[in-house]
Amino acid sequence: MVRFVAERVFGMVVTMVLVSMMVFVIMELPPGDYADRYAFRKFSGTGVNVTEADVAAIRADLGLDKSAPERYLDWIGNIVLHGDFGQAFAFETSVNNVIGDKVWLTLGLVLMTLIITYAVSIPVGIYAAVKRGSAADYGLTVFSYLGLALPNFLLALVLLYISSRYFGADIGGLFSEDYERAPWSLAKLWDLIKHLWLPAFVLAWSAVAYQLQTVRATMSDELNKLSVTAARARGVPERRLLIKYPARLAVNPVVSTIGFDVNRIFSELPIVAAVLGLTELGGLLLRAYLDLDMYVAGAILLLLTFAVVMMNFVSDILLAVLDPRIKLGG
Amino acid sequence: MALVIVLSVVLAAVLVLRARVARAVERAAEKGGEPTLTAKEQRLIAKDEARRLKYYSASQWTLVWWRFRRHRAAMAASVVLGLMFLGGLFAEFVAPYGPTTRDTAYLDGAPQIPQFCDQNGCSWRPFIHGVKTERDPVTLRAIAVPDPETRLYVHLFVEGEPVELLGFIPITTHLFGVEGGMLHLWGTDSIGRDVFSRTLYATWTSLSIGILGVLISFVLALVIGGIAGYFGGVIDMVIQRVTEVVRVIPIIPLYMGLAAAMPKEWSTTQVYFAMTVILGLFGWPTLARRVRSQLLSIRDEDYVVAARLAGARPRSIIARHMLPSFTSFIIVDLVISFPYMILSETALSFVGLGLRPPAVSWGVLLQEAQSIRVLEQTPWLLIPALFVVVAVLAFTVIGDGLRDAADPYASSR
Repeated sequence: MVRFVAERVFGMVVTMVLVSMMVFVIMELPPGDYADRYAFRKFSGTGVNVTEADVAAIRADLGLDKSAPERYLDWIGNIVLHGDFGQAFAFETSVNNVIGDKVWLTLGLVLMTLIITYAVSIPVGIYAAVKRGSAADYGLTVFSYLGLALPNFLLALVLLYISSRYFGADIGGLFSEDYERAPWSLAKLWDLIKHLWLPAFVLAWSAVAYQLQTVRATMSDELNKLSVTAARARGVPERRLLIKYPARLAVNPVVSTIGFDVNRIFSELPIVAAVLGLTELGGLLLRAYLDLDMYVAGAILLLLTFAVVMMNFVSDILLAVLDPRIKLGG
Repeated sequence: MALVIVLSVVLAAVLVLRARVARAVERAAEKGGEPTLTAKEQRLIAKDEARRLKYYSASQWTLVWWRFRRHRAAMAASVVLGLMFLGGLFAEFVAPYGPTTRDTAYLDGAPQIPQFCDQNGCSWRPFIHGVKTERDPVTLRAIAVPDPETRLYVHLFVEGEPVELLGFIPITTHLFGVEGGMLHLWGTDSIGRDVFSRTLYATWTSLSIGILGVLISFVLALVIGGIAGYFGGVIDMVIQRVTEVVRVIPIIPLYMGLAAAMPKEWSTTQVYFAMTVILGLFGWPTLARRVRSQLLSIRDEDYVVAARLAGARPRSIIARHMLPSFTSFIIVDLVISFPYMILSETALSFVGLGLRPPAVSWGVLLQEAQSIRVLEQTPWLLIPALFVVVAVLAFTVIGDGLRDAADPYASSR
């Protein structure tokens, strides 16, 4: 077990190093450099004449005159050693300030989405497999197709419309106005949960559609196994039998794709955030890109990917615990 | 439509024939010994025999096609997608107006549905009512309302604005339209552009971006997966690591990063091609893994070793001897990856990081439908979303049909 974990951790580190390089390349992609943009942002409209020398001074000040590898090492070194993600130019503060507690909000949202996804897709998928060929099964298949085809921003828009029309609730954003600036309290947490369910539902939508089909397929396979027939012949009650043999195995493919689901949720987050007016990481990422505030964007991209890699790790460990057939260290 | 009818007729004929043969064989079995068959039944059996012979001697692709044809949902999806594709390809002809043509007399106008009857009686030729401008009684804003007293008749092959079909054939005739006014089947947007025409033009953009993107990622996947799978060892390990990296980065944020890097002053065409490259550049990992694992599994087959010993170069061994054994799977994967491309493009353009106006794509059109206000007041601006859903559904269903058809071990015959 220890060796297994150690190997996975090593693989994770290698992946993250490569990811950070790639993120750095993306940060470097936009034409022009920070010094130009910084100077423009700082002095535009102030009547100050910016000369080439000023820009060069800013450049030296920000350490932008060094070569790309050096800057990469500075950047990643600060992150790893000091947890410092650099300067957010558009906000004129540090990236850490901008991102701040939004990390926790995002994690909360992802957690809620995952809970919804699995709480719905696993039981319903098992049900569909058991009732294979019934009207309910057919209906669920159609729903899965629709779930995959409906762009989530559209779903978000429609839900927003329905809830504002019929429930009169203001559910854009993450907090009501009263709680926006209030310190953390139970009431604020409750308010947050009230606002979280909609984005969580939208994000869970396509994941449910996908996992539903996975569970259904594995479950259908497992139901035809001899172990099930044998248990049935022994007179094991149907419900207990389902849980004991096939359902236990049908969960494995779901567990093994937790990282994939998180990846998908992060992928959809910025778009859904744009529609629902969320300010957490996804929405911030979009704004950072639109403003070309690349340190913010890079930090977010790095954090998101790190979360995915962590989830992959968790799912590997979980799977090894759940399924004794998996060879450790292999 | 005609195609659907022809297909269903063929299907019915096949079913009837099969039932008849079955009955004839049954009757022969009942009587025992030498079956006494009528001439007609004998002919049917001979026909069935010939059919079976044809089945056993058919090439792999013919078999796949036959099995695919039996998948009714996939066939229907192909027809829908085909129509969409043709509509988009000939958008200049099918759409009554250009994508940026404005009808300033009909802003935010509701869809005009051609009708046959109104309070002044009926006519054989469908017509729409003309438009007149009135003041909104509350806000005193000028609004366009239908004028029930004037009729504009719908004609086929109407002379309209000059356009270039496929980009190089100048035409002035459009499939349909009205004379002495404008026809907006699906209404207009806030500055009076025809939603129907814009949707058709957008269909072409979105579908073609998907196709080009898939092609680029296909080539990349073949090359990368091919190298990894054929050579194995250290090369494979390095490539696997890189693939892993591309797979763990959330794809839309990654696309967004690349799209944000596009210079703002790029022309529409440049942005269009940049988008296809961006979408294609990161679509390959899944397919590359598939190619790699397939190659690895057949790398030591005798025929591959034979080719290697005969002195064939790696490229020709991969292309000529190894790839054909799993081409059908690759095609299925290709079709399945279309929806992701289309949804990605739509999502990117929707948030303003993809194509930019005046280019029209589904995502660009939906940009105008971002608020609840739009849903309440001008819901027809959401019609392009319907196209996205239908296209993605169609690709998914076709992919499923192809997967079933391409599986040589499928039990159905």
